[in-house]
Amino acid sequence: MLSMPSRLHKLSGSAAVLFFLWLVCSPVQAALNIEIFGGGANQIPVAIVPFAEEERLGAQSLTPVISADLQRTGLFKLVDAGGLRPHEPADVSYPDWIGRGASALAIGTAIPVSGGQISIRVRLLDVARRAELGSYVETVPPEQLRAAAHRIADMIYEKLTGDAGVFSTRIAYVIKQGKKYSLQVADADGVNAQPVIEYTEPIISPAWSPDGTRLAYVSFENKKPVVYVQALATRARKAVANFRGSNSAPAWSPDGRKLAVVLSVMGGSQIFLINSDGGGLQRLTQSSGIDTEPSFSPDGRYIIFTSDRGGSPQIYRMPVTGGVSKVAERLTFEGSYNVSPRYSPDGKGFTFIHRSGDRFNVAIQDFATGQVRLLTDSKFDESPSFAPNGRMVLYATEIRGRGILSAVSSDGRTRQQLSTQAGDIREPAWGPLRRLQ
Amino acid sequence: MKKVLGVLLISLLTACASQTKQPGDEDMEDRDRSRDAATQRESMQAEDYTSPTLNPLTDPNSILSKRSIYFDFDSYVVKDQFRSLVAAHAKYLREHPNARVLLQGNTDERGSREYNLALGQRRADAVKYAMTLSGAQEGQIEAVSLGEEKPHAMGHDEAAWAENRRVDIRYQGE
Repeated sequence: MLSMPSRLHKLSGSAAVLFFLWLVCSPVQAALNIEIFGGGANQIPVAIVPFAEEERLGAQSLTPVISADLQRTGLFKLVDAGGLRPHEPADVSYPDWIGRGASALAIGTAIPVSGGQISIRVRLLDVARRAELGSYVETVPPEQLRAAAHRIADMIYEKLTGDAGVFSTRIAYVIKQGKKYSLQVADADGVNAQPVIEYTEPIISPAWSPDGTRLAYVSFENKKPVVYVQALATRARKAVANFRGSNSAPAWSPDGRKLAVVLSVMGGSQIFLINSDGGGLQRLTQSSGIDTEPSFSPDGRYIIFTSDRGGSPQIYRMPVTGGVSKVAERLTFEGSYNVSPRYSPDGKGFTFIHRSGDRFNVAIQDFATGQVRLLTDSKFDESPSFAPNGRMVLYATEIRGRGILSAVSSDGRTRQQLSTQAGDIREPAWGPLRRLQ
Repeated sequence: MKKVLGVLLISLLTACASQTKQPGDEDMEDRDRSRDAATQRESMQAEDYTSPTLNPLTDPNSILSKRSIYFDFDSYVVKDQFRSLVAAHAKYLREHPNARVLLQGNTDERGSREYNLALGQRRADAVKYAMTLSGAQEGQIEAVSLGEEKPHAMGHDEAAWAENRRVDIRYQGE
């Protein structure tokens, strides 16, 4: 075992975790800015040395993107390389980097090859042990350079913290500007925001398919809520739940083959399973009250959901399979309003919205201990959504009557506030980890 | 403030209507009548409505032009002051078997959007139930919810919230 990763892992465990900056330049001119509260005291000092021949990439340079990704987390302190420019391990003078206080060092090359492609090779080095911690090799076309930079940042993050990096993930959210609603998808750093669909009627509850290729969402374009599934690549979409009454709250099963949806077709608001193409309707809950906001466990065996069957909205868990004898178990007991549950990616807990007095806040509850931790102290928080590595929760909140997005670390220590220059932004959903082909 | 006055006005109007027409009594009688009779009467009345000026659904002097039912906080009980309004629309549906309505439930902005969608559904369902008790056919009525997504009042105070806790009646084709 290398001593470096384990030591750094320990450091990150005690450090406040902080992830994201979005600087969105979307087609609707909504720019997201960020304010960071709190921050890590024990940051990992890492140097990112400009790669050989990288200057030929101009504005598409890799290392500025990598540095920005790492810096935004609050977990890292970027060490200035000064005039040092090693590109191969043999070039590295370790005493110089020890002198600069760097614990880790990223070096590499980005060389243009035939067909306009760029051959990238990156090594992450442990300064104290003079050993390689990780590497990255890929040849990409110019338009893939930014994505490659995020993948390199993911590699560095994973090697130094022990957690999966989420720099290559995407987020979805809804922006309301005037009478227009736009469902958008952006890279996790807010770049490349693209409208998925735009309407003059509300859009709510976007949900990512587990493979990240499709979004389910609820549109009110037909005078009532209808659940659609839309492929991001082709933009082809289909109404998968358009029954008499209301159709809402889509949640994907982990295998991507089914959706839990809330329908009023058989009276009340109850949770049903449908195939992701809209077929195979199957009732899941049977109550005389409201059952809504389903979320699948990562293993697909359970759902947690909001129900008022006990007199006030609380969070319950029930098995997805098991026929009519399925029993729902109440999970929340503090307060009279606990809603919007989402399983954590490791399945050990869930995030939700807890009301106390006139405040609606993001909370996390642990299944094993039942312990509840409030993560925010704002007034109107909604729609919490875990980062796929479980280290952050993205949610909607409000400042001076305007909807914005925020992210809070799962330990509640650090919080980021995002603001749009125009419009209300709401209904965030953090996409899954991108699987390498 | 204007919205509150609007609510009060509607309440007064519905109260007046209930005093003069006593639709509750009619409902009790009508429920026992055969469907054929109702259909017959509908076809007769349909001829009466050929003159556009007499469309009771849009005539401001008709209770049928009133389309909103308001609710208390966290409640889906159709309050007494709206009983006559609901009964009048139920009567219209009974007399016009081909008419279809969409009941859109709404809530104020506080809390979860999806939970509010379910609360709005419950309000729409309550109005639908009241209408079917007054003789409208279930197939004529679709109860849906817009939750907190389509507020009438944009404020963030009790007056705005009260205006938004509402079920709207929309006839097909409107």
